[in-house]
Amino acid sequence: MFLRQATLAGAMLAFAGSGALACEISARVSIVGNEFPAIQTVGANAAACTGAEVATNLTADHQSINVPGMQGNPAEYTSAIIANSSIVALMNEDVIRPLDDLVAKHGQGLQQNQLITIDGKVMAVAFMANAQHLMYRKDILADLGIEPPKTYEEMLDAAETIRSKGVMQNPIGGAYAAGWNLAQEFNNMLLGYGGSHFEPGSAEPNVNSEAGVKALTMMKALSEYMTPDFLTHDSNATNAEYRAGNVALLNMWGSRAATQITADGVTEEVKQGHAIAGPMTVGGGSIPATTLWWDGWTVAKNISDAEAEATFIAMMNGIRPELMQDESVRTQAVWLIEGYEPTEDSLGVFDAAKAGAIPYPMLPYMGLMHTALGNELGDFMQGKESAEQALADVEAAYRAAAKEKGFL
Amino acid sequence: MRHKTFFWFILPTATAMLLFIALPIVSVLIQSVFAPHEAVLREVENCTPLVGCTTETTIDHDATRALREAQPMGRFVGFEIFIDRGHLAFSEVAEAWSASDGLGGFADQLANLPFYRAMAFTLTFTFVVTPLVIALGLVIALAVNALHVRLKGLAIFFSLLPFIITPLIGALVLFWMIDSRGVLGSAIQWLAGDPDLSLKASTGLMWVALITYGVWHSAPFAFVIFYAGLQTLPMDQIEAAQIDGATRWQRVRYVVIPHLMPLVTFVALIQIMDNFRVFEPIVGFNASAHAQSLSWFIYNDLGGETRQLSSASASSVLTIIGVAILLSPVLVRTWRDFKKKT
Repeated sequence: MFLRQATLAGAMLAFAGSGALACEISARVSIVGNEFPAIQTVGANAAACTGAEVATNLTADHQSINVPGMQGNPAEYTSAIIANSSIVALMNEDVIRPLDDLVAKHGQGLQQNQLITIDGKVMAVAFMANAQHLMYRKDILADLGIEPPKTYEEMLDAAETIRSKGVMQNPIGGAYAAGWNLAQEFNNMLLGYGGSHFEPGSAEPNVNSEAGVKALTMMKALSEYMTPDFLTHDSNATNAEYRAGNVALLNMWGSRAATQITADGVTEEVKQGHAIAGPMTVGGGSIPATTLWWDGWTVAKNISDAEAEATFIAMMNGIRPELMQDESVRTQAVWLIEGYEPTEDSLGVFDAAKAGAIPYPMLPYMGLMHTALGNELGDFMQGKESAEQALADVEAAYRAAAKEKGFL
Repeated sequence: MRHKTFFWFILPTATAMLLFIALPIVSVLIQSVFAPHEAVLREVENCTPLVGCTTETTIDHDATRALREAQPMGRFVGFEIFIDRGHLAFSEVAEAWSASDGLGGFADQLANLPFYRAMAFTLTFTFVVTPLVIALGLVIALAVNALHVRLKGLAIFFSLLPFIITPLIGALVLFWMIDSRGVLGSAIQWLAGDPDLSLKASTGLMWVALITYGVWHSAPFAFVIFYAGLQTLPMDQIEAAQIDGATRWQRVRYVVIPHLMPLVTFVALIQIMDNFRVFEPIVGFNASAHAQSLSWFIYNDLGGETRQLSSASASSVLTIIGVAILLSPVLVRTWRDFKKKT
């Protein structure tokens, strides 16, 4: 363990060394972002720039501090690392600047699909993609002669077989914790059934639909094969169950695929049996029941042009193509950076993209819908009310919030 | 004390209270009656990786900026947010009242509205935890006070531990212990003989767990206060009672407790305030599907990807009003006692 950390630290230092040669900045840079390994790498390499101070604040609470931290003038943070869900809050508050001129000046080596273009202007530079997809125990499935499921219906059948043969009591894992996680699983399922969150072209909610009811019914059926504590298990807790060998099938984030069996305490069986596959479809649909995500960085609006330029240069250093030569960095994510060769762990995310998975909606009012779903679906999952009632509650809660924010 | 001396004596405190208590309350009040402007939306083309370009809705910044500059406070909505579904839900309550036949049906529909569901839990939590904390704190204080001098230091330290542990950490430790695979969760399954029994899957059991946590965490607070009070016990009264043949229980009941009564009032005040704002265990236990509170609403409004400042402000004002209502009996009594003395 110590040896591995030492090597990692060594590798980081080597990067820092090589980065320092190329990256020279002349104004302050301050980065706020999430804290998973790929973002740590980007942050560390941006911080390797010399000539001015580069501060990083990488925390799971990034999305509650990035907007306030960029609203001031001058802004505290010169760059926020965000995903397609969280860029919406920055766009809504108008705190990030278009990057077209900086891309033209310093953006050599960026690939076209890294440029997140909104209304013809580059607003963010993406560096990795993400999607939830299937992870499973190939040893257990092979023993029982089950094929890895391609649909959620097959997942239910597989779970029933595993349970009835007495291999596991609760073979399905799911990040169904009430709140953000539960809402996200509903989003997946709703899109998989061909539903949509809103009436086309408006902020009117549309989840209390046939697809919505079917999505909830499927989630309820899946939850019968989960630990009874499922409403309190987020993706960290669900992963812990998988790593401990308590779960054989789960829909999990691609960004966690590479580290799934490297954590301390993963049993030997899980290490040998771990496998991944593309996302599943549901209800005979052709579009997988998952959403596509990207992570990228932005540059604040309320800062001087010199600071914006320094920030752009430092962030470019954080995602420079040479990083893709390093095996430990390469496996951290499905990178969108030039020179990235997909690893085995990236298969699930690429499959999701190939199968036509829908990107998580980048709508100004989607955050309110997500919150309403997270709060109101718990009652249905506990069997306290009907699917129709739960979805009606979601729409009512969303309406109250959307009225307050001026969307309805 | 002369008025001038009193003025200079109280000035620093008064300034701090004005700056850090009165002004924020005014600011929260103002924010709760204003909401963001109507959003000006338009369709634009977005291009993202692995997908290509699609038409999406976004906010028109120029138009929004113009609106904001014209009216920087946002639009005035009065008490609209206070009575919307996320808060007092007047129209939903009225609808539930006319739609339901009996009180039972009405209560069911009421429990479906976030504010009333949260109130049901918060008030239960407050009125179960507060007396238990006072009783348990008193028992620990009496027990520690009766210990040999050499043991006291150690006993005090261990009794204080739950209070020293950061609330979130304490809640997280318990979260894993009561998981159906955790130490306590498995023990309960074994005791009940039901392998599917889960503390976290049942609303009732989750409430019990949260209340247990609340008592566990706050009892040391009451203990410290009461223990300090016990050091000032009038020994002559105790001795007089002993000579009169009072039993140990009678001494506690008729000498110790009356002596500690002002402290009981103090602990009750602080505990009612703290328990009404119950928050950390709900987050730590991931219990929001079973139990919510006004503080949790504020956290949820501000923690989402789209922050709802007006809604959070309205919840804050409702919290202040709630605490004021709960404290009023105790405050009125204290005021009467004060008037009697002067």
